[in-house]
Amino acid sequence: MKWQKSYIAAAVLLGAAAVAQAAPVKIGMVTTLSTPGGYLGDDIRKGFLLAIDHGGGKLGGVEVEVLVEDDGLNPGTARQTVTRMIQRDGVKLMTGVVFSNVAMATVPQALKEGVFYISPNAGPAALAGERCHENYFNVAYQNDNFDEAMGQYVSDQGIDNVYLLAPNYPAGRDHLAGFKRYYKGKVAAEVYTQLNQTDFAAEIANIRAAKPGAVFFFLPGGMGINFTKQYAQAGLSESIPLFGPAFSFDNTLVNAVGEAALGIMNSAQWSADLDNAANKRFVADYTKKYGQAPTLYAAQGYDTAQLIGSALAATKGDLSKPDEFRAALRAAKFDSVRGDFRFGNNHHPIQDIYVRKVVRGDDGKLTNVVVAKVFDDHQDAYAAECSLK
Amino acid sequence: MQLFLEQMLNGLQFGVTLLLMASGLTLVFGIMNLINLAHGSLFMIGAYVGATVVARSGSFFLGLICGMGAAAIAGMVMEVAIMRRLYRRDHLDQVLATFGLILFFNELVRMVWGRQPIAMSTPAWLSGSVEIIPGIPYPEFRLAVIVVGALVIGLLYLLIMRTRLGMWIRAGASDRETIGALGVNIRLLYTLVFGLGACLAGLAGVMAAPFLAVQSGMGENILILTFVVIVIGGIGSIKGAVAGALLIGVADTLGRVYLPPLAALWLPPAAASNLGTSLASMLIYLVMAAVLAVRPQGLFGGAHGS
Repeated sequence: MKWQKSYIAAAVLLGAAAVAQAAPVKIGMVTTLSTPGGYLGDDIRKGFLLAIDHGGGKLGGVEVEVLVEDDGLNPGTARQTVTRMIQRDGVKLMTGVVFSNVAMATVPQALKEGVFYISPNAGPAALAGERCHENYFNVAYQNDNFDEAMGQYVSDQGIDNVYLLAPNYPAGRDHLAGFKRYYKGKVAAEVYTQLNQTDFAAEIANIRAAKPGAVFFFLPGGMGINFTKQYAQAGLSESIPLFGPAFSFDNTLVNAVGEAALGIMNSAQWSADLDNAANKRFVADYTKKYGQAPTLYAAQGYDTAQLIGSALAATKGDLSKPDEFRAALRAAKFDSVRGDFRFGNNHHPIQDIYVRKVVRGDDGKLTNVVVAKVFDDHQDAYAAECSLK
Repeated sequence: MQLFLEQMLNGLQFGVTLLLMASGLTLVFGIMNLINLAHGSLFMIGAYVGATVVARSGSFFLGLICGMGAAAIAGMVMEVAIMRRLYRRDHLDQVLATFGLILFFNELVRMVWGRQPIAMSTPAWLSGSVEIIPGIPYPEFRLAVIVVGALVIGLLYLLIMRTRLGMWIRAGASDRETIGALGVNIRLLYTLVFGLGACLAGLAGVMAAPFLAVQSGMGENILILTFVVIVIGGIGSIKGAVAGALLIGVADTLGRVYLPPLAALWLPPAAASNLGTSLASMLIYLVMAAVLAVRPQGLFGGAHGS
């Protein structure tokens, strides 16, 4: 009868274990993993998973299950996937969105279904202003933040004649508007190029002829690589310096540009050389785990997971009381890799913004170092339009 | 005036870049009557292999040869494995199959080289600039692109019009059965033509890599323009590809430069910037519509095809 006893004991033990181990909290991550922009979502995911490693396989001491899906940079696909995760998989907490057009198609939809959404990147003006929502949080930035900082910095440098360049689509116009909000000098010209333009020779010839003091450009992804390479080949890098938001100058892109990127000034809320304990640990472990230096997006993914972890710890992983979970998210009690971090009334960050410069690192690869802190505790321009208090 | 000349030169250079792509595509399209959407993928393979070899060896020429070789081999394998089954089917089947190949190659590149774009530097001996127009330094590499484009077109013309191989190719285009009956191995000939087209795409890829982002999907942006070029020029005509490429290159460049200020002459600034920029991006399609309205077969079309 000995075997019977041990079976019973085993059954009791297993049953106890099942009770102690509540179902893990599901986190839906619909992000951009394919298309040329796919490395952005990949970096966010890597940062996110590193934070789970740091939590010993948990976030805030709570078991989590991360469901990852690709949105293919397609708002329609993204919307379907988000809806499916919420309705079929019962996800109550979502993150992942990279691009603003995808955010506008998916975030309001998810919020309508009563889900918490934490954006690790996209920060369109509408979601920071009049369409802000109590269950929507942005851990990264409001889209204009970097441009505003650059406008301020360029003015501080005494440059008073700037040539502006961006693709002809809503985000392009928003970014230039952000720059002009803080830039006080004269605008030499405001030029909108075609989206996905490959050749910039004509624009570069016009820049040479206009002789501005500097060029500020927002050209995300491949467009930025193309423009920067061609600008250096035209021999303008020395005479007319380039400035831009960090989107065209993460470690991945500057190494794809090569030598031509050296010395370019760009603005961001994070840099690998920021001196705080959380950041040092993040940079060291990320480099060790993935064999490459972290990008801005990886840092944002890491902070997103840390924020979620802090709220899960405060509520013991119980999402059934949304008010408590929301209050815990708002408190943002985690050590951000950026240093100071808190949320404004519209659930967008109030944070410091830096200007960084592209230099050659010790390992021979190109990287960014902080040159100046432009804004201390900067809040976005749309917070006042948000009805949240 | 100097600026206008410089912009014309920019237009010419952009046209030649398109021409390198278009010549291979029009060859395959015109002679084999095959729509190959995956031509942009061969361009991408050329750029990736070229950039990798240049980074490892430091030699631009070696990169050029390897890039062209890799594209040609990929093209011939593609022809033998897939395209052969498509010659007798209609164009929609070809579009579907080659669109599938685009997805395949983009994913393949992502698996081999990773998601992140890679770098290719300009060769040191071509990274300076020369004052071809007084007071306007022009990048040497862009001049090199113009020279290479002119050379390639010259050689291609000689090959098609003056050699025995060229004669077979032209004959194969007009009547596949008869030339087969005369003892020419038409299957091999088609494989070679497809390889030649692929090799030209690879060349365009390597030449474009120093000033374009080398990344998965890079071929698609330029492929659309290439199709516009060969439609304007007349499908299958090398002369048409030259005319179409230069027309599109110059029209697109001048449109981008002069339409926004032109619109600003009689519109308020915000509306002018909107209208000018939008018109500039539509310009090449307007040119295409105008050409097709007057000559539906394209500028030099009608020599081949049905």
